[in-house]
Amino acid sequence: MFEAILLTVMTAATPLVIAAMGELVAERSGVLNLGVEGMMIMGAVCAFATAHMTGSPYLGILAGIGGGALFSLLFGFLTLTLVTNQVATGLALTILGLGVSGQLGESFVGLAGTKLQPIVVPVLSDIPFIGRVLFAQDLIFYLSIALIIGVNWFLFRSRTGLKMRAVGDNHGSAHALGINVVRTRYLAVLFGGACAGLAGAQLSLVYTPQWVENMSAGRGWIALALVVFASWRPWRILAGGYLFGAVTIGQLHAQAFGVGIPSQFLSALPYAATIVVLVIISHNRRTTLINTPASLGKPFVPDR
Amino acid sequence: MKKLIIALAASAAVLGGMSGAAQAQEKTKVCFIYVGPKTDGGWTQAHDIGRMALEKALGDKIETAFLENVPEGPDAERAIERMARSNCAMIYTTSFGFMDATMKVAAKFPKVKFEHATGFKASENVATYNARFYEGRYIQGQIAARMSKKGLAGYIASFPIPEVVMGINAFELGAKSVNPDFKIKVVWANTWADPGKEADAAKALVDQGVDILTQHTDTTAPIQVAAERGIMAFGQASDMIAAGPKTQLTAIVDTWGPYYIKRTKAALEGTWKSEQIWDGLKDGILTMAPYTNMPDDVKAMAEETEAKIKSGELHPFTGPINRQDGSEWLKAGEKADDKTLLGMNFYVEGVDDQLPK
Repeated sequence: MFEAILLTVMTAATPLVIAAMGELVAERSGVLNLGVEGMMIMGAVCAFATAHMTGSPYLGILAGIGGGALFSLLFGFLTLTLVTNQVATGLALTILGLGVSGQLGESFVGLAGTKLQPIVVPVLSDIPFIGRVLFAQDLIFYLSIALIIGVNWFLFRSRTGLKMRAVGDNHGSAHALGINVVRTRYLAVLFGGACAGLAGAQLSLVYTPQWVENMSAGRGWIALALVVFASWRPWRILAGGYLFGAVTIGQLHAQAFGVGIPSQFLSALPYAATIVVLVIISHNRRTTLINTPASLGKPFVPDR
Repeated sequence: MKKLIIALAASAAVLGGMSGAAQAQEKTKVCFIYVGPKTDGGWTQAHDIGRMALEKALGDKIETAFLENVPEGPDAERAIERMARSNCAMIYTTSFGFMDATMKVAAKFPKVKFEHATGFKASENVATYNARFYEGRYIQGQIAARMSKKGLAGYIASFPIPEVVMGINAFELGAKSVNPDFKIKVVWANTWADPGKEADAAKALVDQGVDILTQHTDTTAPIQVAAERGIMAFGQASDMIAAGPKTQLTAIVDTWGPYYIKRTKAALEGTWKSEQIWDGLKDGILTMAPYTNMPDDVKAMAEETEAKIKSGELHPFTGPINRQDGSEWLKAGEKADDKTLLGMNFYVEGVDDQLPK
């Protein structure tokens, strides 16, 4: 049974981790995109529709990534080229995404989905206990782990990553050094959109292979919170995502098991846990300041 | 400034022209407030199918409008008021949580006729309507008791309101009429429609050993989980057979169309009165989806129970029934009155859960 619970937790945590990784990169470049929920739901509908029409969940994944990225491009154009307010634009993107996806997905409601099948790694999946949990998963789970390793390496071990962090910390200086701030941010926003789209694809292809309007149900917002929770560190997103997933699933099990705690309290537990950890993390103000991108959310207009 | 005045005058003229056109058509506007998306595959979709049936039947006299995804709570009041202000002559508010908001707006608009689904508050211009879903859940309970090998069903519940508690009780009573030791485990998802959470709840229940699932939430996610794990399940609000062709035993299907047509007609003819209507299987407001994936004798039992409920021979809440703590609720032969059922806030004996307060 423990294995089954663990698998459920992983399914619940994967979309959060992926979307948060994308947002982390965008925020490290100094862009606050509150439209994660909108991009995620666009990814979900594009993935479901494509998988349904072609019968291939892998094409669905590509469509999800594409849908999310394309949608984030709209955000990029508005906030980076037209220099609109990032907070307002992000909120608008979420509302727009929920509406547009509902419209696009109307004819797909109630249709049987195409579930992404797990890829069983030979030999490794035979390792007792952890084998089946870690090495008999679907492609999107493997991608989520690859993403963390990749983003961590990119941000802290590569020259381009260093430049990107410089843009996020002080876009004026980065510009003076000859780094193309707007282009860097466009790429970061696109990456964020692609990740949110991939997370959406996980929702409509793995988590619950179906299309329901509004099916992201606030997971984009949780991903946003995770970025702060992780204080902009990739590995902490993994920890935060799985902690959140574990508490969410744990409370359902606690209910089914019949512990005498009111269900409303149990439902609120994941959020309460998030707040507690946030308080603990922000206790040390210096480390918080070091990790927070200093130019986060600030508009940049290059002086020519 | 001059330009502004011209613009204002022009738009006033346009608006005037529009309302003139509306008067010329003389179509009565009938409005609907939905709690979820109209394509949720469950509760709201059933109401929307009813709305479309209404439009088809009376389309020459009425036009319909709807607002979807209206959250229960303070926002609902604004949404309903907006409808009332936009010349709706009749407003159907289709979720329990719209009750107080409906009452408040109705007091401000005495000429508008309101119909609130599943609530228990009414007034001169607020009628309530509901279906006796518990009749269908009783049948489901009986089927579950026959189909479950372990005598243990999982119940995914939404919110601890009387409607849901009543459903859980009816399911348990039906199951106990077949297997006195039958138990149900309840998980509160605290949502009407979140496929991910519903699926997680379903998985948690299956992992804890239930071999039959039923739900009082609106998406097909739990049935998908049941299909994946190879157990049986029941559909909710709409026929969900597409989500589990080899999984769904039956479903309670809400059929609001005839009711909407009847009441709207009454409003058009001026015979509408505020009533508290609670129809059941016999009135066709709820129907059972085909009994599938079960042996013939179980199917025969379900059909027999359905016929008995329709004829009035069987009332699911007939004593002797004890409360969860073992104290007596109904004496032998005593039937629960509607008022108690509509305000139900306690479990009957055998439900393995603590009711959230």
